Amino acid sequence: MSEHAFYTKDLSVYYGEKHAVKKISMDFPDRQVVALIGPSGCGKSTFLRSLNRMNDLIPGARIEGEVWIGGENICDPGTDVVRLRQKIGMVWQRPNPFHKSIYENVAFGPRYHGIRNKKELDRIVEECLRKTALWDEVKDRLHQSGLALSGGQQQRLCIARSLAVRPSILLMDEPASALDPVSTAKIEELIAELKKEYTIVIVTHNMQQAARISDKTAFFFLGDLIEYDDTNRMFTNPSRKSTDDYISGRFG
Amino acid sequence: MNIPTSNVQSSAESGAKPRERKQRHVAEEIRGKIYVYFCVLLMIVTIFSIVYFIASRGLAPFVSQGVALKDMLLGLKWKPEGEPPLFGALPFLFGSFATSLFAAIIAAPLAFCASIYMTEIMPKFGKTVLQPAIELLAGIPSVVYGFVGLSVIVPFLRDTFPGQGVGVLAGALVLSIMILPTITTIATDSLRSLPNGLKEGSYALGATRWQTISRIILPTTLPSLLTGVVLGIARAFGEALAVQMVIGNAPHIPHSLFESATTLTSIITLEMGNTTSGSLHNNALWSLALILLMMTFLFVFVVRMLERRVKR
Repeated sequence: MSEHAFYTKDLSVYYGEKHAVKKISMDFPDRQVVALIGPSGCGKSTFLRSLNRMNDLIPGARIEGEVWIGGENICDPGTDVVRLRQKIGMVWQRPNPFHKSIYENVAFGPRYHGIRNKKELDRIVEECLRKTALWDEVKDRLHQSGLALSGGQQQRLCIARSLAVRPSILLMDEPASALDPVSTAKIEELIAELKKEYTIVIVTHNMQQAARISDKTAFFFLGDLIEYDDTNRMFTNPSRKSTDDYISGRFG
Repeated sequence: MNIPTSNVQSSAESGAKPRERKQRHVAEEIRGKIYVYFCVLLMIVTIFSIVYFIASRGLAPFVSQGVALKDMLLGLKWKPEGEPPLFGALPFLFGSFATSLFAAIIAAPLAFCASIYMTEIMPKFGKTVLQPAIELLAGIPSVVYGFVGLSVIVPFLRDTFPGQGVGVLAGALVLSIMILPTITTIATDSLRSLPNGLKEGSYALGATRWQTISRIILPTTLPSLLTGVVLGIARAFGEALAVQMVIGNAPHIPHSLFESATTLTSIITLEMGNTTSGSLHNNALWSLALILLMMTFLFVFVVRMLERRVKR
């Protein structure tokens, strides 16, 4: 087993009185894909969002417990959230490119972390667009609006954008559920490629997708972590009955 | 889409023949259409007759009463009862533009900051306290603004700066408070309607709140913000009473912000009562009204252009 990239310890998230994520302890192995599955409202997205403190933006959300990344508990109030989010990229269900050119979308992050040198920015933009297999499709129109791209291209642009700040971890919240099958396949290929360099945590509603792309799978239900194991074992021989029921489509 | 189901229900209830039922639906359609078309027609007729009325009166001095358009737009002297009468409206045009543009320059930054505060920084306080307070500003009658301007702003300016206190700056200050709600409301709406994903995308890249506001939120909503400013200017341009009370009403182009001036609207309200219908003086005032109308069209046009940019 490779060593872990980060782990959570008794992580709880509350929305007001509602206990949305209940004392979850998980470790995420370095450079592997962990899929979080479970029915809607089971807390998997909330859990994902608390890994880079995006829940700070939601009024009434409160986090308890610990998330240890690189020897630092990021739930500590003293954490530098800006630096933390540089280490952890995030991609959403709906592609959300900025209303700027393709180039500016990718250069946005590095620019605000102090890289002003044009050559350096050019290099980062090209590198990130190549990593997301977008370079050949857009290299002639880098200065056109990012909104002019197709949905799948926009999503890959958003991934490129998050890679540009050099994170080591990527969080993906249903990155392909708003896309057609061809674009979905491209995103999945991309995830398999990115796994070589990044630790990836992905929330998905698509059981086959979880089975195809992830190394480990975690099943969430009503805010609890029901089961967390190697994907192969989860899908062939789960130890909990509810996991089996959910994966085989008997409920959810 | 609902017709089949309603057919089934009504046939179950009344047992009417299909043809009768169909006729009833057609009649209903026609009645609705007639009502809507009548309302639309009424509106169009009203608008066009107003425009026609203003244009016919306003164009009369140029067409039949021997006033040159150039003399009105560029002339500096307004002596409608003089020998020969002079109709130079440039000082009024200048006064209108100067006060409303100045008002927008003062109000726009305040309004933008207020709406950013209400949407991004303190949404709860903004929604419960600040927004109703600003909306309240919109409901205060303009005569009250003028009165407050006359008894607070004018004495203050008189004591602090050279001049009488009344003048362009006093007018612009009063107007800026009056258009603050317009700009703030539109700016707040556009900031609220910004998809949450954009903000999250920026925060997730490690941008600070200030970077997110200045690099993502403001540039993305800029066309809508400008729409608010243009509507604010339009409102300021058309405001008569409050400005008239504090601007001093001197028909010349002021040399400084503290000198009195006058606006198109003030001159119309001041002189309309002293003229007889159909006289040259009266028609000349209609010409000023026509200029105001044209300016309004221009502002609407600018807003439309901006909106088109938003959609793209």
